Amino acid sequence: MIKVALIGAGKMGISHLSILGAHPDVEIVGVADTSKMVNDVLEKYSGFKTFTDYKKMLDAVKPDAVFVAIPTKFHADFVEELLNRNIHLFVEKPFCLKVEQSEKLSAIAKEKKLINQVGYHNKFIGTFEEVKRIVSGGHIGNIQHFLGEAYGPVVLKKKQDTWRSDPEEGGGCLMDYASHVIDLLNHIVAPINTVHGSLLKPIYSNKVEDAVYALLETETNISGVLSVNWSEETYRKMSTSITVIGSEGKIISDASELRVYFKSAKCPTGYSKGWNVKYVTDLTEQVDFYLRGEEYSAQIDYFIKAIKGEVPNNKNTFESAAKTDKVISLIKNKKNNA
Amino acid sequence: MERILFGDNQFFAVNHISDEKSRAQSIKFKEDKTILDTIDIARGLGTETFMCTTHDRIINICEMVRQDPEKYKNFSIFPCMPYAHKYANAVTELGIVGTIQQYVPGNFFGTMFKGGLAVMSKDYISIMELMVDAEMKMFKKINTPVIFLQNVVTDLLLGLGMKDILKAYHDYVIKKYNVEPGFITMNMPKLLAMLESVGIQNPIICSSINKAGFRMSGGMEIYEKTLREKQVRAIAMQVLGGGAIPAKDALEYVCNLPNVSSILFGASSKQNIAQTISLIHEFDEKNNFKI
Repeated sequence: MIKVALIGAGKMGISHLSILGAHPDVEIVGVADTSKMVNDVLEKYSGFKTFTDYKKMLDAVKPDAVFVAIPTKFHADFVEELLNRNIHLFVEKPFCLKVEQSEKLSAIAKEKKLINQVGYHNKFIGTFEEVKRIVSGGHIGNIQHFLGEAYGPVVLKKKQDTWRSDPEEGGGCLMDYASHVIDLLNHIVAPINTVHGSLLKPIYSNKVEDAVYALLETETNISGVLSVNWSEETYRKMSTSITVIGSEGKIISDASELRVYFKSAKCPTGYSKGWNVKYVTDLTEQVDFYLRGEEYSAQIDYFIKAIKGEVPNNKNTFESAAKTDKVISLIKNKKNNA
Repeated sequence: MERILFGDNQFFAVNHISDEKSRAQSIKFKEDKTILDTIDIARGLGTETFMCTTHDRIINICEMVRQDPEKYKNFSIFPCMPYAHKYANAVTELGIVGTIQQYVPGNFFGTMFKGGLAVMSKDYISIMELMVDAEMKMFKKINTPVIFLQNVVTDLLLGLGMKDILKAYHDYVIKKYNVEPGFITMNMPKLLAMLESVGIQNPIICSSINKAGFRMSGGMEIYEKTLREKQVRAIAMQVLGGGAIPAKDALEYVCNLPNVSSILFGASSKQNIAQTISLIHEFDEKNNFKI
């Protein structure tokens, strides 16, 4: 059994906790959260040991692995402390507010050979993995341009401020929604290293952006557009999609449906010239416990397997998350073409 | 419970395989009247139970139903609560405590929380009960023989091992509404074991059951074994496996399974509704199925 603890029992933390609770190879040894009420409920009804001070928890329960799901601004300090204690880490996205922090922590994790993963769950979605396979296999030829989009109904009117509306704490649509898309583009196309211009637009929020639009370029000189808006009420929930245009074809994919066009018959097995449609139901592996999408269970299972040495620690590493943090900071620096 | 239950996913742009189809559905069912007309088509074909999430738009549907008591005298709704995206989006923005403050009616929680008073176990159960009542308001004077807990909540509690809250929900639905509690889940065998562990016998559980094994967590075999060997009133949903299986094969598979009391399906067109209902009847007749 892998002894796992959680720091931060908010929306993502509790979701992870539930999936971990159902995992046959995991023993939940402790939960640390600043909310007495949340701790109280978890003690009373789940029987977990809870703490308000995470260091006291680490001393008391000595976990093999910790899930960190606290506001991004705290990640750097907490993660460094945890790495120094030789603990395997699953950290929520985005990784850190500053690229230097992300890179430093990535180097420590590597040096200490600790399993490290960040919660960019889109990489565990069948359609996006298939897009990656088609692009990496060169099946749509040389990539010419890409489009990454995400829309959803998070902020639909002016409301009270929380940490999500404070840019200093990692709030805003760029850190929240857009980070997912950037991470996916880095993974599927190539790491983005130039931002030619960006617009960070508030719609309902006072201090942070509700929409992000940017012109991007990868280190392999492929151009692309990012268009993200979390004040979009025509969507029922977050919807992420990727379009990749190549010399031999084109892919349009979201989390549920993949459409790919091949210019010629030179395409992978199971596809043919012209338009092809695949559904996530055909591309997704069964999970043992389902909470809110196979990908949330699959990423946790992958992390546990990596600790057990059954799979390589090569998905959503700190290193890849640091590259995403870098793009976020480039977009911020180019904000409204400053 | 009726053998065939009419679902609501098609009305609220829930499509598990295509965002484009979702949008087309949103456009088609823009008017509440169109939703009720489609429910009427299903009713006309003998399916008098509508199983729906506690989406805001159901408020209007209920209002229209109340206005014509004679027409809807045999009509029932199985509410499924809560409408999870409403809360999930709120939690993203307001956090857990902020969301509870926003949605728990009255200032019961606000005053308690701000006052920093110790919260007793019974208070957490009271919060759950208040939230159930808030969601049930829209169904006033409408027959709701079974009230379901949505899968996101059921499965969250299941993973967290919060069996006492599942039991408290179960007991509250019986005590307050004098109807049957039901549970929607994506982990039917695990949930059944947990419900049995708190003394809930032969529960109503709605879960994905389909020939493709789609969303049958842990695999089809364990589901089939559970249906064969355990006492459960199962409702099969997602019988088409997200569209992966042709209707005839899909329905033949679920109709042949033991312990599947009801089949939940949703469709937008009269033709698809009629086809599904007649196929279920056809296989049931072949199997001599009795409720």
